[in-house]
Amino acid sequence: MSVATITRPRLSQIRSWLAKIPDPEIPVISLIDLGIIRDVAWRGDTLEVTVTPTYSGCPATGVINLEIERTLIEHGIEKLELKRQLSPAWTTAWISAEGREKLTAYGIAPPQEGTAACAGALKPLNVSCPQCGSVKTERISQFGSTPCKAHYRCTECLEPFDYFKSI
Amino acid sequence: MGVTSAAIAEFATRMGDNCLILGHRDSEWCGHSPALEEDIALANTALDHVGQAQLWLGLACEIEGRGKTADTLAFLRDASGYRNLLLVEQPNGDFGRTIMRQFLFDAWHLPMLKALINSSDKRIAEIAEKASKEVAYHLERSTDLVVRLGDGTRESQARMQTALDFLWPYTGEMFLGDALDDELEAAGIAPAPASLRPAWDQHVGRTLAEATLKAPDKSYAQKGGKRGVHSEHLGFILAEMQFLQRAYPGAKW
Repeated sequence: MSVATITRPRLSQIRSWLAKIPDPEIPVISLIDLGIIRDVAWRGDTLEVTVTPTYSGCPATGVINLEIERTLIEHGIEKLELKRQLSPAWTTAWISAEGREKLTAYGIAPPQEGTAACAGALKPLNVSCPQCGSVKTERISQFGSTPCKAHYRCTECLEPFDYFKSI
Repeated sequence: MGVTSAAIAEFATRMGDNCLILGHRDSEWCGHSPALEEDIALANTALDHVGQAQLWLGLACEIEGRGKTADTLAFLRDASGYRNLLLVEQPNGDFGRTIMRQFLFDAWHLPMLKALINSSDKRIAEIAEKASKEVAYHLERSTDLVVRLGDGTRESQARMQTALDFLWPYTGEMFLGDALDDELEAAGIAPAPASLRPAWDQHVGRTLAEATLKAPDKSYAQKGGKRGVHSEHLGFILAEMQFLQRAYPGAKW
C-alpha cells in the first residue's frame, strides 16, 4: 500500500472537525473548547491525536475517545492513534474564552480565573450566578453532578446552579 | 540506577490498591448518605480514587509487561495479593467514621503525591501530578467535615471521637518503611514514609484541635497491609467487588 499518495487533511481542518465534537456531559462545549486535545499531528499516514483526561475517574473519557474515533473515521481518516497524555495535568485555565461564554449561557458558572493552582474552594470565591448575574452566591458543596463541578446557590434569585470548579 | 522494575511495580500497586479499596468503600455509600450533597461528594471521591487506581495499577501492569490490565489486578487477585494500608479497608461504620477515615488518609495522601511529583520516575511523577489536584479537593472537604462534625452537636462530637479512637491504630502504618521503601527512597523514586509524618502531624493536629477532638496517646500501629497481611474485612470487600469476574470469567459490558 502506498502511503505517499494518501491525501492527508490539513491539521487545521482536523481541528475544526474536533471542534464540533461536544463534551458528552456538557454538550454545549466542544473538546477543543475544553482544552483536552493536546496535540494533533501526522506521523507518516497515521494521525496522532493526543488527549488529556479531565479527572482520573471521569467516565466521559472513554466516550470522548470513541467520539473522536467515530468522527475522524467518518471524515475518511483511516489510520488513527489516540494517545493519552497525563502531564502537564489538565487545568481549567485551558478552557477557551468561547467555551467559558458557552458555559455561562448554558447555566454553568465558568471557573474563576487565576484559581486553578489550588483547590481553595473553602476560600470565598466571587462566583457570579449564571441566571441573574448576581455575585451574591454561596457554595452548597464542592462536589456536584459531575467530577468537574461544584454546587452553588444564588442568594439573590435563589436559583441553584453548577460551578465549573478550578483545577 | 539500582532499582528493579519489580520494585517500582510493587510501589505502584501499593498506591493503586489504597485508591481502589478506599474508592470501593466510599462507593458503598452511594444512595445511603445522610444528605444528597454528601452522597454526591462521596460518590465523586470514590470515582476519583477508582480513576487513580486505574492509573497506578495500569502502570504496574505496564512495567510487568505480561499483558495484564488494571482490571486483571483488581478482579483476579486474592486478599494476600493486595498491598493497601489496613486503614482503607476498615468498615465504613457510621458516616462520621467514614469521614474520619477519609480525613486521616487524605492528610497522608496529599503530601505523598506532592512528594511524588518530584519522583525520578517520570511515569510516577505524572500520575502524582494528576492525582494531587483531585486529592487537594478531597482533603479540603474531609478537613471541613471533621471540624464541623467534631465541633458540632454532643452526638456528632461523640461519634467523631469514637471514630478517631477506632481508626487511630491504623494510621501508623502509613509512616512505616520497609526494604522496598528504602530502595525507592535511595533512588529518588518515592519519599521515605517517615518523612511524611511532620506534615501529617501538623495538619491532623491542627484540625483535631479545631474539631475539639483528642488523638489517642497510644502509638501502637497495626500493620501488614503493605506486604499483603490484611484484616478479615478485605476478603469481604473482594467477595463483592470480584464476584462477577469470578463467576463469569472474562465477562464484558
